[in-house]
Amino acid sequence: MSNKWVVGLYILPAFLLISIFIFIPLLLSGYYGLMDWDGIGAMKYIGMENYFNAIRDGLFWESALHSFLLALFSTVSLIVYLAISLVLASKIKGSNVLRKIYLIPMLLSSVAIAQLWIKVFNPSNGILNSILAFFGVENPPAWLAEPNVVLYAIFIPILWQYAGFYILIYYAALKNIPESIVEAARIDGATPLQIAYKIKLPLIMGVVKVTIVLAVVGSLKYFDLIYVMTGGGPNGASEVMASYMYKLAFSSNDFGYGSAIGFLLLLITLVVTVIVRKVTASKEELQY
Amino acid sequence: MIKKKAVTMVFAVISSLLLISGCSGSDDASSSSGKTIEFMHLWPEGSSKQHNEIVKEIVADFEADNPDVKVKLEVMSNEQYKDKIKVLSTSNELPDVGMTWAAGYLEPYVDGKKFAPLDDLLEGDLKDSFVSGIPEAYAIDGSTYGLPLELNIASVFYNKKIFEENGLEVPKTYEEFQSVVKTLAKNDVAPIALGNKDSWTGSLWYMYFADRIGGGDVLTNAINRSGSFTDPALVSAAEEVQSMVDMDAFVKGFNGLSDEEAKSMFMNEQAAMYLIATWDLPNYTTNEDVPQEFRDSVGYFPFPTVDGSGDMSSYVGGPGVGLFVAEDSDVKEEAKEFVSFFVKEWGEKSVTEAGVIPATKVDAASLDLPDMYVNVLDDLNNASNITLFADVQMSADVAQVHLDMIQSLFGKEVSPEEFAEKHEEALSK
Repeated sequence: MSNKWVVGLYILPAFLLISIFIFIPLLLSGYYGLMDWDGIGAMKYIGMENYFNAIRDGLFWESALHSFLLALFSTVSLIVYLAISLVLASKIKGSNVLRKIYLIPMLLSSVAIAQLWIKVFNPSNGILNSILAFFGVENPPAWLAEPNVVLYAIFIPILWQYAGFYILIYYAALKNIPESIVEAARIDGATPLQIAYKIKLPLIMGVVKVTIVLAVVGSLKYFDLIYVMTGGGPNGASEVMASYMYKLAFSSNDFGYGSAIGFLLLLITLVVTVIVRKVTASKEELQY
Repeated sequence: MIKKKAVTMVFAVISSLLLISGCSGSDDASSSSGKTIEFMHLWPEGSSKQHNEIVKEIVADFEADNPDVKVKLEVMSNEQYKDKIKVLSTSNELPDVGMTWAAGYLEPYVDGKKFAPLDDLLEGDLKDSFVSGIPEAYAIDGSTYGLPLELNIASVFYNKKIFEENGLEVPKTYEEFQSVVKTLAKNDVAPIALGNKDSWTGSLWYMYFADRIGGGDVLTNAINRSGSFTDPALVSAAEEVQSMVDMDAFVKGFNGLSDEEAKSMFMNEQAAMYLIATWDLPNYTTNEDVPQEFRDSVGYFPFPTVDGSGDMSSYVGGPGVGLFVAEDSDVKEEAKEFVSFFVKEWGEKSVTEAGVIPATKVDAASLDLPDMYVNVLDDLNNASNITLFADVQMSADVAQVHLDMIQSLFGKEVSPEEFAEKHEEALSK
């Protein structure tokens, strides 16, 4: 491995792959953002106009707010996933089966999940409103049709979709903690809560930080379920940054503006990632 | 050791080469045995079985007539098709023949010189074979860039059985229509199935109110800027839409339902009425997958008059998809020939085998057709006016505003005045 050329050759395929499919399109989308372009005809250079328009665009910031709300919800729900993993990892009966059940949503494609939840949320025939009616709720909400409700209704399947993924990560991390440390604490008289909070949690802090970054970044660029379930509607009430970008580029035929929004989305995600890493950074990693 | 290193080096080089060559696009080697027309359409086997089979038959017939020409098919569903055609046109790789929509959708492709004019076909091979005035929807600056396949008008379909159970008659005026809606709502039957997530569905209601209150031109004029959306007729059309919402005329949560979901409510007899265009005719006439009993219980009526005004033989509708030929196609002549062949055969086969209405003239007398189909053809022949779907008339960005605003109007988030203003704003850009 001393030969630098060989090292270069080894990373060449991956480098080409990433450049062609990620970095070059990224730069291109930033470049298209400088154009007045309907995606079909000729491009016209208009400088930073699209970017200035985006910064003044109320709809864009509204969709950004929705994305940040999603990021907040997914980060907070990590606490729940962590609690579930702590229980699962503590050798309770059936934890193996439960772990697999939690993982099922991850095995479904986004579109299948969307179709499933569209049926759950159906205002007249859906299972959710049927249950509510059974318990005597009069006039239950029409989930995906009401501007004040739709965003939160759609968060539920999104969080549900990724629960298994985070539980799996936490579970694996918790299983990595040497039994001897937990044993020692127990002999010293620590309660299970104390063990979880004072010993297990600090030991998997590195993993927790990674999941926070994953949850925030994943939420900010989220697209799938929203696109299939509501298309960002009614009238933008569930629009997020990525669906707004798609709508501009493909429905309004404004590729230049759509590209500019896409590039801003990238910048916002980058900045937020850096901030999240700064905030969660600690001086030293715990060792055992 | 050295040998091992060499092997890995060779492997790395080969994999990079594979990667590069994989990205350089593929050239078909099949061109040696004649010419190939690439044809992309949007009728997949799953959701449009009859259409899909007719296309295959026509292609087979064409290939039999022209042994040195092959037709290569690519099929995608509606929304995927729209996305793909846009991406392909960006990279100048449009198929030789494909499908397009009229007016506003067509415009950027024509501006970008992506589609070839087809006037020579209209004046030659296909002279007088279209219903008059229909190919004009595909004309920009005097040239026609698409040849329509379908023709649709929207009518209110209703469930006779539900009407009977509630002692209702087919309404002729808006007052009668309102009392039908109120009776149904009182008897806990959802009056109208509407899937307004796809908002063009709600747009049909708005367009009909506009047509009945202000006449056939008022909306078209507002869109082509010789009129305005603040026209009193258009504002009161928007008011009527909201008064329907207040009456609970539409199924619960309509703004979150797709058209497919609304359709299934109508077809499962959970709603009494459904305003849709005639592309749905097969579901109520010939489609064997729909129970006979239900097909027999569906009738339709034209949109009623409003406050005594309006012409009941004026319709909202227009051509659906049409065929285009790519401007930079290598086989333009063959492609045009194929389009002409396709339009002619489609005109015959679509009537008998798919039960939809083609844009070409139909000889109804010589064919054995379902009653409802014959009645719709009559309506079409006697139509005093057909207003093209608003979102098709508009350019893409204005259409998007229109569709968003329709959702807000039905959801009562905007007043009829704001509704008009937003349209004016978008159109004046």
